[in-house]
Amino acid sequence: MYTQALNTSDGDDRNVEDAARAAAFQKRIDAEERIEPNDWMPAAYRKTLTRQISQHAHSEIVGMLPEGNWITRAPTLRRKVALLAKVQDECGHGLYLYAAAETLGTSREELVDAMLAGRAKYSSIFNYPTLTWADIGTIGWLVDGAAIMNQIPLCRCSYGPYARAMIRVCKEESFHQRQGYEIMLMLARGSDEQKAMAQDALNRWWWPVLMMFGPPDKVSQHSDTSTKWRIKRFSNDELRQKFVDATVPQAQFLGLTIPDPGMKQDEAGHWIHSRIDWNEFNQVLAGNGPCNRDRMAARRKAHDEGAWVREAAAAYAGKRKHRQTAQAAE
Amino acid sequence: MATPNTPLWEVFIRSRNGLAHKHCGSLHASDATMALQAARDIYTRRGEGVSIWVVPSNAITASDPSEKGMMFEPAESKIYRHPTFYEVPEEVGHM
Amino acid sequence: MVAPSIKVSEAPLMLYALRRADDALILGHRLSEWCGHAPALEEDMALANIALDLLGQARELYSYAAEVEGKGNDEDKFAYLRDVRQYRNLLLAEQPNGDFAHTLVRQFFYSAFADLYWRAMMQSRNPTLAAIAAKSEKESAYHLRHSSEWVIRLGDGTQESHRRAQAAIDDLWAFTGEMFESDEAERGLIDAAVAVDPATLKQQWLKTVTGIVAEATLVLPKSVWMQEGGRHGRHSEHLGHLLSELQSMQRTFPGVRW
Repeated sequence: MYTQALNTSDGDDRNVEDAARAAAFQKRIDAEERIEPNDWMPAAYRKTLTRQISQHAHSEIVGMLPEGNWITRAPTLRRKVALLAKVQDECGHGLYLYAAAETLGTSREELVDAMLAGRAKYSSIFNYPTLTWADIGTIGWLVDGAAIMNQIPLCRCSYGPYARAMIRVCKEESFHQRQGYEIMLMLARGSDEQKAMAQDALNRWWWPVLMMFGPPDKVSQHSDTSTKWRIKRFSNDELRQKFVDATVPQAQFLGLTIPDPGMKQDEAGHWIHSRIDWNEFNQVLAGNGPCNRDRMAARRKAHDEGAWVREAAAAYAGKRKHRQTAQAAE
Repeated sequence: MATPNTPLWEVFIRSRNGLAHKHCGSLHASDATMALQAARDIYTRRGEGVSIWVVPSNAITASDPSEKGMMFEPAESKIYRHPTFYEVPEEVGHM
Repeated sequence: MVAPSIKVSEAPLMLYALRRADDALILGHRLSEWCGHAPALEEDMALANIALDLLGQARELYSYAAEVEGKGNDEDKFAYLRDVRQYRNLLLAEQPNGDFAHTLVRQFFYSAFADLYWRAMMQSRNPTLAAIAAKSEKESAYHLRHSSEWVIRLGDGTQESHRRAQAAIDDLWAFTGEMFESDEAERGLIDAAVAVDPATLKQQWLKTVTGIVAEATLVLPKSVWMQEGGRHGRHSEHLGHLLSELQSMQRTFPGVRW
């Protein structure tokens, strides 16, 4: 079932990618069958999924930091528990996703090491700072909103463990967006200072959120096989457009202005946004966003400072096993 | 740091009285006690469980997917195992 | 402009609930500081769960205190607008997280008490407190289980974890006595079987603590000197900083809703 049980040495057969096997595999995909951990799969399928799922997991974990930044300063007890529960959910999502990634043959430790060493990516959006309480509302409303757009199709992706993890995630995610929108609603109906805080947050997060969907379709390098293998069911641009169309009315309801004076509605009713500054996106991906260093430093610190704890737990488990064996021998 | 990897455990939850335990995911823990507690914290926050099993992943033996034909197809042709294979006159009533 | 602090009228029953609410809030807040920084993701989950339990207890107790006081206060006014000298939590709760050993030992000392306390309070003649106790008891039982398992693993793990766990015990021991104290304000409630006399819980607490500490190959300090003052607003320097952070939004933006 899972790698540690059966698939430890990728048997010779599994690496021979003859045309027949690849064709049979594609037939299963086209028939909307789910691929499970010990099924034969092309090495490239395994590799691309490992990358995508682990990146998704890293994003959830790093994503705990910008919101975690406001737990101790949440302005009411109700907001405090809601935010703490939300950030805890994100940790849980990371866990479900690492679990899914591990079924493909790479341990969580290896995946996390790659992230901490800067060799693996996480979503660009988490490299931006949360400067005010309104940022927390905006993240729930827009970032989780964008994530939901992306995640719902993934519930039907071809790889079983990933699809099932996403179903779990989606169930939990809708509270996240509602929590964020409710915060924005309170601000939008509040004092002038609160309204300004909300507008300022929207101004700073809108474009980075649009960038979350990734580069325009004509530029993105991963799409073709991902689509063929039903890992990616909609293109970047399709999802981005869907998101904008859903979000503009929500902003209008709040009485806030999307920071895109050039945005217009076309005849079909779609909101066409202005050109995105992909330079900024590339800089952030390259490590030059406002918070990249801080995020990595925080995760490295947690990992390094936690080493003695993990070692203690392992040492104790070893001692206990030894004692149990010794007792049994008596 | 040369800490060995923390062991992987599979988690099974019985969501309601009367149902069987169902696999819901995995987690890392150093021993069974911690695995059970972690499973409770990760997988039952929304009242999803009344009972938890945790099993070391390497304790699971799985059937080989490439043997699906040999393992499962022979059952498909033994239709006499199904009630619909047998005819019972309607006058007899439900059986 | 800054939101001014409020002073609450501390009639015995109200004060009683307020003290326990403050314990839960401050300890829950401390645990929430770990979110995103724990030694393993599974521990992020566990500490957040304990924090959420405690914050939930705080909210129920504050609401009850407000109801008893009857002056139009609520959970947020109590939490966000009282200054350090009005807070009534145990000194143990406000101690900084330190390393993982300090956090778990603090939790263990507190939960070993809370478990007994809430179980006893299920017999309270006050139905609201009894109901809160019934819910809290299950939560505390779990907190005790979780923190005990960690104390054992840290004490009986590696040399380093043993050293850190022992240091945590040595640092926090002097704050454990306060849990068993009561004063004039509580005497009446104890006599009316509304409140449990915490001193009656000490022996069992010591038994539990001694047992786990021994299993963890650790030792309890010989010293019997106990710090106190939290119940009367004489706090350590730590609480002021904690409240600065906790209360910052309400102090900076007075009179608005969030």
